[in-house]
Amino acid sequence: MDTDEDIVFKALADASRRDLLDRLREKSGLTLGELCEAHDMSRQAVTKHLALLEAAHLVVAVKRGREKLHYLNPLPINDVYMRWVGKFEQSRVQALHNLKQALKEKDNGKA
Amino acid sequence: MAKPDLVYVTYIRTTPEKLWAALTTPEFTRQYWGGSANVSSWEKGASWQHTGEDGTVHHVGVVEEVIPLQRLVLSWHNPSETEDISRVTFELVQMDEVVQLNVIHGDFIENSVMADGVSKGWPIVIASMKSYLETGTPLLTIWQHSACHAGCGDKEAAA
Repeated sequence: MDTDEDIVFKALADASRRDLLDRLREKSGLTLGELCEAHDMSRQAVTKHLALLEAAHLVVAVKRGREKLHYLNPLPINDVYMRWVGKFEQSRVQALHNLKQALKEKDNGKA
Repeated sequence: MAKPDLVYVTYIRTTPEKLWAALTTPEFTRQYWGGSANVSSWEKGASWQHTGEDGTVHHVGVVEEVIPLQRLVLSWHNPSETEDISRVTFELVQMDEVVQLNVIHGDFIENSVMADGVSKGWPIVIASMKSYLETGTPLLTIWQHSACHAGCGDKEAAA
């Protein structure tokens, strides 16, 4: 069985779906019709891609009246970032923090 | 309601009680929100504030709607700001073993500095909360948090 992470990576492993995410990053809250406008894909194809993106929680659909508005949910990608990049980033950030502290203490010592 | 601009959905292995406490209890918020606390009586119409460890108030607003364990709606702005006011909605939905948390930040003014800042801040705050609730270890350090506030146009944090 696919884990949540497998579903995210599978959803991302397609250029058309990544295009849809790009579109939603540029402008949030688009309807299916608006998403179809900029693509050469059929309405059925866009619907199918959106279903996979929604299953991976990369896209969230919010109902507003009769319309369904689509939003990019960046949290699953943030999880991927935190797993492989975030930790290294944290140590670099920590090093800067330590440097700042050390300089402050040095300054205080002079005064 | 105007169209929401930022929508975040995450699933956390916890209970609605714990998640609600994580949002509304100062001691709890401090653990994962980089040392900052959400403080209010959480009654409709009450004020609320997001306060750093050193007492600096970063964000303020009014509690517009509250259904304990389910829904919390806050107006949200920097203390010195009178125009760049937005609205945050937290929704908690209990599923089988997890709680779905929706964070919706919207009703921004045109070219809102806050919108730009929080779009960088929310993913890490929410990830940190999830990590803290599930494993006991937050992801967000105090240092990262001040960088986060600088992005929201919070001049004191940026200084």
